[in-house]
Amino acid sequence: MNADGTLIALGTIVRREVTRILRIWSQTLLPPAITMTLYFVIFGSLIGRRVGEMAPGISYIEYLAPGLVMMSVIQNAYGNISSSFFGAKFQRFVEEMLVSPMPGWTILGGYVAGAVLRGLMVGLIVLGISLFFTKIHLYHPLITLSTFVLAATIFALLGFINAIYARKFDDIALIPTFVLTPLTYLGGVFYNVAQLPSPWKEISYANPILYMVNAFRYGLLDVSDISVGWAYAVMLGFVVVFGAFCLSLLRRGVGLRT
Amino acid sequence: MSISPSAVAALEVRDLKKTYPNGVEALKGISLRVEAGDFYALLGPNGAGKSTLIGVVSSLVNASSGEALVFGIPIRTRRSEAMQMIGLVPQELNFNLFEQPFQICINQAGFYGVPRKVAAERAEKYLKQLALWDKAFEVSRTLSGGMKRRLMIARAMMNEPRLLILDEPTAGVDIEIRRSMWKFIQGINAAGTTVILTTHYLEEAEQLCRNIAIIDHGRIIVDTAMKNLLGKLDVETFVLDLTDACIELPRVDGVKVTRVDEHTIEAEMSRAHDLNSLFAALSARGITVRSMRNKANRLEELFVRLIDANDKEQAA
Repeated sequence: MNADGTLIALGTIVRREVTRILRIWSQTLLPPAITMTLYFVIFGSLIGRRVGEMAPGISYIEYLAPGLVMMSVIQNAYGNISSSFFGAKFQRFVEEMLVSPMPGWTILGGYVAGAVLRGLMVGLIVLGISLFFTKIHLYHPLITLSTFVLAATIFALLGFINAIYARKFDDIALIPTFVLTPLTYLGGVFYNVAQLPSPWKEISYANPILYMVNAFRYGLLDVSDISVGWAYAVMLGFVVVFGAFCLSLLRRGVGLRT
Repeated sequence: MSISPSAVAALEVRDLKKTYPNGVEALKGISLRVEAGDFYALLGPNGAGKSTLIGVVSSLVNASSGEALVFGIPIRTRRSEAMQMIGLVPQELNFNLFEQPFQICINQAGFYGVPRKVAAERAEKYLKQLALWDKAFEVSRTLSGGMKRRLMIARAMMNEPRLLILDEPTAGVDIEIRRSMWKFIQGINAAGTTVILTTHYLEEAEQLCRNIAIIDHGRIIVDTAMKNLLGKLDVETFVLDLTDACIELPRVDGVKVTRVDEHTIEAEMSRAHDLNSLFAALSARGITVRSMRNKANRLEELFVRLIDANDKEQAA
């Protein structure tokens, strides 16, 4: 397949994914908007007032907003690819792609791009909602955008792995419930990990979400609990490792070809 | 149109074996050659290995050993190039039930790198040819069974393949739609596309295909021209509907007569034997034959015999 053909194939998957996201907007875009509004009302406005400043000049709700945006990006990027790709497997229309000349990386790239775009849509919605509750600065636009894309990519790749191995719909609900949600809640969205006692503080540093939330917070607020350089190293490392693993699964046809 | 062997076959399979992880040996060393431009039947009972073979050729199944080449291109090492030339109509429905037929076709073309404008023209052309254009923008879930089957044929044509593989494309489709599908596929074949067809409607294979392979228990037991195979059939069975009750069966040399019910008898005889003696015997008893038909089509009769013989051989 030549380069033009590959681009057309990639664009076809992305277009199909975006069409799907917009067609079922009440399942893809509306729920995170409602959930995050409740977070802002309860944790930001009601409880946040009593917490005080998290850093000099940074109120709790300002500190919370980037974390909530990142949390919704992560959850939606993961949820989009796992449900969409598993749905294609379940209904067997994944075979349309498997019998085509498309290389594995095109299939992966198309689905990951779709998931990142859903993360972007949801992230912008949540960011828009946050403006009703607090003011948002944009100190480092490039860091904000790149963190956004890297975090969505990492969790899209994880969602893809989940969908590959899943045999029933229950299997794609397990990881978000028992792994993703705890990691997100313990990833520095609601608090500064430096405030945690040992050994919880050290354990928290093994949580990849911590690095994403803090890099994103740095981009928006110019404050971070950890080094931004480290955050990039961790995120890029995960992209490479998970990406290579996904391509290896596709090449071997795990869960797709018999 | 006669097909003469060419240097490069549309499909060449050499000693193909497939053992599934559960130990089932679906293919036990299959070799066959389908010439370019052929209309080739691949027949076999359920579980014989037909769908596994098609799975290997369409790269959905990884072969355990052996080789498959599409127009000389090995699937294992040059998958992308080989797949560019194949169109597949699978046995099971495998499209997104929430998408519209037009969208399904456009997407399929996109997966093969066909530009969107060309894809839209092709989608319209094939959906019209398969009488689906009035349903092109309805959710495909709402289509009837026959329409869904035709949609899969239209979808398989979106990359205008040189080799079209149809795995039981007319299963569960009424005879009128089946005939319109035959006409479409014959047109595609006449235009130069090689067609491989698996079907349980043996009449379909007999009418459409020039060459035939029968697969059973993962092995090819027959691979020949359709007319050669049909020429081997030396016995025919006729069903005769009688106007009067036949109390006593007529005795005719070389004809085995059996009663189905009071007004129906079956007569099995060599193809060389004429029917006059049977009619004479019935007339002598004052019995009039109202109508007569072949019990089964010729290929069906041969198919059953070959599979039975192979089963006995396997058992021995």
